[in-house]
Amino acid sequence: MIQNLIDGVLTGSYLSLGAIGLTLVMHILRFANFSHAELLSLGAYAALVFDALVTALVPVLAAKLGPLSLTYALLIAILISMVLTGISAVLIDRLVFKRVREKGWELSMVFASFGMALIIRNVIGLIFGLSPELYSKDIAFAMILSRDPLILVKPDQVFVLIAALALMFVLHLILSRTTFGYALRAVAENPSLAQVNGVNLARTVTAVWLIGGGLAAVAGVFYGLSHQVIPVMGRDLVLPIFAATIVGGIGSVYGAVLGGFIVGIAGNLALVVLPSGYTPSIPFMLILIVLMIRPHGLFGEARA
Amino acid sequence: MIGTISYLVFFATTASILAIAVLGLNLQWGNTGLFNGGVVAFFGAGAYGTLILGGTPQDGHLGGYGLFYPLALLGGMIAAGLMAWVVGLLTLRLRHDYLAIATFGVAVAFENLMRNAEWLAGGAKGVRGFERPLRDALGDGFLYNIAFFFTVLIILIAVYLFLERLVASPFGRLLRAIREDEEAAASLGKTPSRIRLTAFITGSVILGLAGGLYGTFYAFVSPQDVLPTLTFQIWAMLIVGGAGNNRGAVFGAFLIWGAWTASGWALSRFAPIEAQLYTGSMQFVLIGVVIVGMLMWRPQGLLPERLVVSQRGSKE
Repeated sequence: MIQNLIDGVLTGSYLSLGAIGLTLVMHILRFANFSHAELLSLGAYAALVFDALVTALVPVLAAKLGPLSLTYALLIAILISMVLTGISAVLIDRLVFKRVREKGWELSMVFASFGMALIIRNVIGLIFGLSPELYSKDIAFAMILSRDPLILVKPDQVFVLIAALALMFVLHLILSRTTFGYALRAVAENPSLAQVNGVNLARTVTAVWLIGGGLAAVAGVFYGLSHQVIPVMGRDLVLPIFAATIVGGIGSVYGAVLGGFIVGIAGNLALVVLPSGYTPSIPFMLILIVLMIRPHGLFGEARA
Repeated sequence: MIGTISYLVFFATTASILAIAVLGLNLQWGNTGLFNGGVVAFFGAGAYGTLILGGTPQDGHLGGYGLFYPLALLGGMIAAGLMAWVVGLLTLRLRHDYLAIATFGVAVAFENLMRNAEWLAGGAKGVRGFERPLRDALGDGFLYNIAFFFTVLIILIAVYLFLERLVASPFGRLLRAIREDEEAAASLGKTPSRIRLTAFITGSVILGLAGGLYGTFYAFVSPQDVLPTLTFQIWAMLIVGGAGNNRGAVFGAFLIWGAWTASGWALSRFAPIEAQLYTGSMQFVLIGVVIVGMLMWRPQGLLPERLVVSQRGSKE
């Protein structure tokens, strides 16, 4: 039970990172982006490639950080992957979503995102093969926190949680303390009014994709560290991430963080009462419960 | 010769069943602007409902009520409608993203439930023990398939005529009014959320009908039949054919199903052995490209929606 709770918090840390970007995009561009989870796989695979590349170029960096299975090379690869995934998100928007948006077919954006998800997921499968990959072939030994009840935590999981919380704190500072943060909130509130006040709409949209893509990349790597890197990971993550945004309230960054942890914990706690086969249905049950009790989520506001 | 004809009948039957599903989706998306991200769940509810209600008794899972076939099919349609009612009631008052996400969630949960709940529908093994109607009279061969094809064709025509009537009626005008400008429609005393719910349920019942016929055709349904692939295929059919145009929906169904079967055949025939594992991925990339490409370059589809003018102003 306590083990499930701990595992849930760790699952929640990467779901939250994924949900933050998604909720921002849904808030500013007003469409449910079904290809957001594919940015997680894109980031995970980019890190895989650059991890191998950096290790090959500078073998010294293959050293591990303390008790973690994470190497210095992977740390550098994560940073590169954040930038690349952010840029990819901007490019996908420029090439596809922006064109559909400008034609005034706002509802069709959802369709376009489904199409993009199919393309990205399967192109990754074609390039990297359909079998799972790992960042480290070594077995990560878990630390025993307590023997009765048995509670195990891997050092990597602790790192993932701390790093995720740190990133969220940085994002919080940016959103609440900088002019850019105000501009972002202004655009979400009322795009035309924000433009009248000198906020550059196109630049704000680009920034949202960069942030969303960067966080998605980290989320993807963290998922890969906890499980494995596999082309269909986006397919399995899309519903939990959406559930996190709905539980938190679409558009609320803090809601997305809390929602991510709630979805992660609920999914792991459900294992106590339900066979593990039913885990993929849990996010949907949460969505139904939230829609019944509090349709706009914990922090969301009603908006047409 | 008989082989070719029998294959063509098989192809046309499947395409016609899918065309019925595309017509149901067209009522939701094309005419009302409702995004259904879980087409396959409503299709699956129809298939599972029909087979469970109409099948012979089975050990270990629900079913075997042996209902008179039309009643079983009706039961499948009602199952799809009930699911649409629950989802629609919860989401149609909210902004449109919620319906997209909730319907997507329904499809994931439906497939997950069918795969795991053996007591309900046989789990991964699927629902067996369904006997196709009139099998004693027509046998199992070519004659049966021809008869079944014509039955499906008649149902397709009936659904088409029903929807054409519906779209041309005041109710159809109301759907378009809500799709174009919800507030304007509300200001005229209409209740958009209720009308949308009606359209969503009607469309889902038609999807359930298509699913029921599909289940009948194969006399078997398993979780493999309710994968998200089918949702993408049915969408591609509607978008390529032309959302809002019933003729386009039927045309798109035959075209995309033809292209899908042909590309699958070509890949299995000509792709090198090492690449065989990846033919599925290639087909998915193709269908993704078709969806995105159509949205970017010809969003109205091959047969665009025709402008309906209810009452022409008198010419001066």
